[in-house]
Amino acid sequence: MSAREQAPAARLHIDWTRCDARGSCIELLAGRLVADEWGYPSAPGMNAAEQSDVPLRADELDAGRDAVELCPRLALTLRAPRS
Amino acid sequence: MTIAPDATPQLRSASSIRLLTTIGHPGWATHLAAFGPVPERATGLVDMLRDAGLVGHGGAAFPVWQKIASLAGAPAAIIANAAEGEPLSSKDAVLLANAPQLVLDGLLVLAGSLAPRAKLLLYVNPLSLDAAERAVAERPDGHRIRVTAAADGFVAGEVSAVVDALSGGRGLPRDHPYHLTQKGLKGKPTLVFNVETLAHLALIARYGAAWFRSTGTPDDPGTRLITVSGMGIAPHVREVGGGTTLSGVIAACGLAETSVQAVLVGGYHGVWVEPSGFPRPLTARAARGTTGVGAGVVHLLGRHECGIAASSTILRYLASQSAAQCGPCLFGLPTLSGAFDEVTMGRGRGGDVLQRMLSTLPGRGACHHPDGTVRFAASALGVFAEEVTAHRSGRCRAAAGGRR
Repeated sequence: MSAREQAPAARLHIDWTRCDARGSCIELLAGRLVADEWGYPSAPGMNAAEQSDVPLRADELDAGRDAVELCPRLALTLRAPRS
Repeated sequence: MTIAPDATPQLRSASSIRLLTTIGHPGWATHLAAFGPVPERATGLVDMLRDAGLVGHGGAAFPVWQKIASLAGAPAAIIANAAEGEPLSSKDAVLLANAPQLVLDGLLVLAGSLAPRAKLLLYVNPLSLDAAERAVAERPDGHRIRVTAAADGFVAGEVSAVVDALSGGRGLPRDHPYHLTQKGLKGKPTLVFNVETLAHLALIARYGAAWFRSTGTPDDPGTRLITVSGMGIAPHVREVGGGTTLSGVIAACGLAETSVQAVLVGGYHGVWVEPSGFPRPLTARAARGTTGVGAGVVHLLGRHECGIAASSTILRYLASQSAAQCGPCLFGLPTLSGAFDEVTMGRGRGGDVLQRMLSTLPGRGACHHPDGTVRFAASALGVFAEEVTAHRSGRCRAAAGGRR
């Protein structure tokens, strides 16, 4: 089920100026994020605005928090869902 | 549409010459004679701007009153943006060369009405630095405004890049999860307006919303500056009423519509328009039956030119203008440009790479450079599809003299 069918619980904001394609978020949020050919995260099925603010379901929140903490580039933040 | 330097100001009429009324005479005295003084503060300015329907002229066409209404508090800084990194645009430079005082009026009346203590900053392309500094020095209240030379490059005018430069950075786009009206310069609410927007605002503060709407169309009121180039005509800036059509612009340039193959509207992040679209009105934002003109770039492509070759050159330039901060842009845009050439000029390989770039790059950067580049590439592939087919069988419009 996509995050859009279910109200998203949070958004994972990606600061692309910091992201260096280390890939830990992609491992933690497999199914939501995939790696592009250079290893940068991409959110298939999401629109352009959602690529930098990826909607997460409630059951993805723990993985989202881990991704924020484990990103070696400090490129991620969790934000409230778009109202 | 273009006017002679000695043309009589006709501000109270529905003339489509407003901003360029004092063309050739940028001085303070001429300015006062033509427009009168700008009010120190305008009561109900935000309502007036809403009624006028003024939108931003930097490209995004966001309603001015809405930007002001979204401020989290009194703005700590109001920034006039004339970085004008778009190679096909020179309207901001022409405005600053001919009517710089209208821009300064706009800054001052906004400050007077919203935030008397706001920092007032004018961020200009280095080519306009002298004109801007002269204008500031010439007016009695000019000491409040600080002029700064803009960084180089296509993305220099992106709002977060402007704020970065004015914060002492290199003038590169920054990650900005909050709108600048929430957290901008030094983390405080900040307004950034294109200089042309401020010039219109200065006239609305004087003459009101009804006057502003007395030219243009109900959906696209007022006038705009457009930069016209291509087909060997000297690049120049015109002031036109809202709702002007490409057909009208082409005719005003003295060209036959049949000699024009396509028109690039909105600049390097814009779209190609085919002849069937020439009668459509140019409006601030694309709507049903209109063409969005963004920051006002109109670039003509002749019948004997190859649109694919022109687009390929622009794509290569756009790829070179990545600020090299965001991976998908840094690696993706050169890949997009290369695949575009492979598909359209080579043997047609690379189609899967091209499609993947078109579908996965938008949205994945701190600024909209990838989005605009993808929009441009997709438009070229659509409008010049026949040319792509011709190339595959070894023919090209440019080489064939426009005949097939």
